Amino acid sequence: MMDEERRAAAREAEAAARSSYGKLLAILASRTRDIAAAEDALADAFAAALAQWPRDGVPANPVGWLMTVARRSIGHAAGRRRTAAAAETVLRMLDEERDEARPDSFGDDRLALMFVCAHPAIDAEAQAPLMLQTVLGLDAERIAASFLVSGATMGQRLVRAKRKIRDAGIAFSVPDPREAPARIGSVLSAIYAAYGTAWEDVTGADSKLRSLATESIWLARLLRHLLPDDPEVMGLLSLMLHCQARSAARRSANGAFVPLHEQDMTLWSRSMIEEAETHLRSAARKAAPGRFQTEAAIQSLHAHQRMTGERFAEPLVHLYDALARFAPTTGVLVARAVAHAEYGNPAAALEQLDQIPNVARYQPFWAARARVSWLSGDEDAVWTSARRAAGLSNDAGVRAFLLAGGFRGTAR
Amino acid sequence: MHYMLLFNETTEELGKRTDPTKADAYWGGWTAYMQAIAQSGAMVSGNGLQPPDVSTTIRVENGNRHVVDGPFADTKEILGGYVILDVVDLDAALEWAARAPCVSAGSVEIRPVLPPPAA
Repeated sequence: MMDEERRAAAREAEAAARSSYGKLLAILASRTRDIAAAEDALADAFAAALAQWPRDGVPANPVGWLMTVARRSIGHAAGRRRTAAAAETVLRMLDEERDEARPDSFGDDRLALMFVCAHPAIDAEAQAPLMLQTVLGLDAERIAASFLVSGATMGQRLVRAKRKIRDAGIAFSVPDPREAPARIGSVLSAIYAAYGTAWEDVTGADSKLRSLATESIWLARLLRHLLPDDPEVMGLLSLMLHCQARSAARRSANGAFVPLHEQDMTLWSRSMIEEAETHLRSAARKAAPGRFQTEAAIQSLHAHQRMTGERFAEPLVHLYDALARFAPTTGVLVARAVAHAEYGNPAAALEQLDQIPNVARYQPFWAARARVSWLSGDEDAVWTSARRAAGLSNDAGVRAFLLAGGFRGTAR
Repeated sequence: MHYMLLFNETTEELGKRTDPTKADAYWGGWTAYMQAIAQSGAMVSGNGLQPPDVSTTIRVENGNRHVVDGPFADTKEILGGYVILDVVDLDAALEWAARAPCVSAGSVEIRPVLPPPAA
């Protein structure tokens, strides 16, 4: 075979891998509840594809081919274990294979897989990594780097979560309507955690946290497709697209942090902003507001403030007040106080800040305090807080921004 | 799948068993709960347990039996009973656990029963 054909076959295997990995894994794991075994079987199937496709040509139905090989691999493993329950599951899977001869006739179990990953019985810290690994096929090392833990720690966390799913018998199913809103909320939070908590940060982001941005937006798009009527899903996708639209403008060429009001808007992605606005409008038509829709609306207003030159300080205060009711996290409460200060009420903002517990080492709190103190005209407090925020920052660009007083901006 | 639900009760809850003003409500709640499980066909077995003050613990060290009264561990929650359920998955077990009379004052732990090792 010619090199070109060989390369085409390899590309085909890779394309099938990317688009089908989560779909295949969800189908394989939903029958056995054993994600680790499904991953092993799928790895066998991809290895077989890489060995055979360049030699024999790409099969007419690549995904079906991978599924067949993976199912047989699970069959062999189960045969070795020889337990009656496993044999029954495998027989059922092989039976289904006959019904799925046509290309793309597989169902999509990825929604159930996402609900499993974000099940409340799973360690909260494992939920987002588990979703990235099972739906997208990312390896533990890559995920670990974004969550600022070692590869070994992340690997253990993932292994433990998969064992829990198998041994505790967590079902691969979509929760009933009574449970659904809370369970969808967990899935959304996991996807948002994968995107990075960077945007709770008032002054800026840790660049390492953003490295999985594309992958997590892909997950949000998938969820939008699988749950087409849920306004909070639309809200999350809109929020992430708004944030992502500005990513190129948030750092200068030499890595310095650029605050929103100084960003070069020609670097913003207009198509992403437009798409974000479309999702936000669709969500609004459902008339069921929630945390992520509110966060998206806030980012939308921030973008419009820059694009139109108008100030939306008052609507922003209302949105942050609403957000604090939906999700009174430390990050939200800090951002809300800043919104009140920007609206001309720094005294109330300081009072709000002082009521937030456990902020001694929370960098965004001190950055916010510096900005609010500046707006209230308390020069001494400004620099005490700014130095404290700088000392807590793990990003050189943000540290420099704080020590130079970049947070003072223009208006007072 | 078989799951064991371990009912952890507070001392105050356990006290209701013998409090004449509260015993009827206490036992009524548990009896109704256990009957509901049985009627659904999910009950494998289950029992309430006597409180820890009638508990005895044994340890064997170098062939010597050490039998002690208790334990009287100073814990907030005490194992007051258990059931073994046969249900399809964890969510179904959680649904039963959430109905247990002790779930608000105490808690319910859900443990999958270890299947017998393959022959």
